[in-house]
Amino acid sequence: MCTMIVERAEIDGSGKGTGGWFRLRQANVSYDHPFNAPLEHALNIDFVDETQGPGARVAVELSPAAARNLVATIEAVLKRAEAGGYLE
Amino acid sequence: MYRTDMYEGMLAETVTLHGFQGNVINAYFARPLGRGPFPGLVLVHHLPGWDEWYREATRKFAYHGHAAISPNLYFREGHGTPEDVAAKVRAAGGVSDDQAVGDIAGAMRYLRSLPYVNGRVGVFGTCSGGRHAYLAACRAPGFDAAVDCWGGRVVMTKEELTAKQPVAPVDYTADLTCPVLGLFGAEDRAPSPEQVAEHEQTLKKHGKVYEFHMYPDAGHGFFYYDRPNYRQAQAIDGWQKTFAFLEKHLAAKPAQ
Repeated sequence: MCTMIVERAEIDGSGKGTGGWFRLRQANVSYDHPFNAPLEHALNIDFVDETQGPGARVAVELSPAAARNLVATIEAVLKRAEAGGYLE
Repeated sequence: MYRTDMYEGMLAETVTLHGFQGNVINAYFARPLGRGPFPGLVLVHHLPGWDEWYREATRKFAYHGHAAISPNLYFREGHGTPEDVAAKVRAAGGVSDDQAVGDIAGAMRYLRSLPYVNGRVGVFGTCSGGRHAYLAACRAPGFDAAVDCWGGRVVMTKEELTAKQPVAPVDYTADLTCPVLGLFGAEDRAPSPEQVAEHEQTLKKHGKVYEFHMYPDAGHGFFYYDRPNYRQAQAIDGWQKTFAFLEKHLAAKPAQ
């Protein structure tokens, strides 16, 4: 059943959906039923701009292990970028 | 029972109806061709949305002789693919219970207004739709049968209550006015077998008419042939129990 576990993060960036690139305003992170991944529950991230309607969405559905790996990888890349003086 | 020498026909289309607070929403409606009278059935879609599975299920019930309607509970959230709209609702914590019950009651009124419906209407739902079906059977007077397929959060802790879901559906059980069929998987975690047992105890306590079936080797959503939790034998048995239950409770009343 639906867990209703969801958090929203305000973000800024760009995402490429079915209609092309659009500006990202928000990331909705949930642990709930995925639409496609062959799991009962997944870590779902929807990158959206709700001002453009439901279709402005870039979706990923990850296993918990994949999600943790992604988080660690993002942190590692940001750490290297910071160490190299690249972060703006 | 279908025979190969029978005429068969079906009409399936999108319609509009008045739901919660009189708002116009759309719905998918399927019925057998012919004069009827047919029993009515409201199908309440699951959190993954007003999707293809629910269209198929609506036609399946029509094939089995029902005037079947599935209201789009996410109509107010904008339009796009069912997945995109459902993702938006998921991020918002679902729709409110009051709104869902209002839309389901509107679908029941729509069916009752039709000259070829036999005056008896049931409600069926899976997942969050199972929860909503039970809630509507308690809060919207007029249903003659309810089918709750693995509806989680019927039993809720105080910590789980939200502004949109302020009361656990099980706490409305005293107001239930129709028989209930419940189909559950023993490996499900929401509802867990313990929560189903608590729900059953509450039905017993209030003297309600119900049938609960707990399937071994099945988890959540075992009817969904497109998901990994599909269980063929349990699904076939569950569909048979559903149609038998509805035939028993939605058949036209004999003339007085």
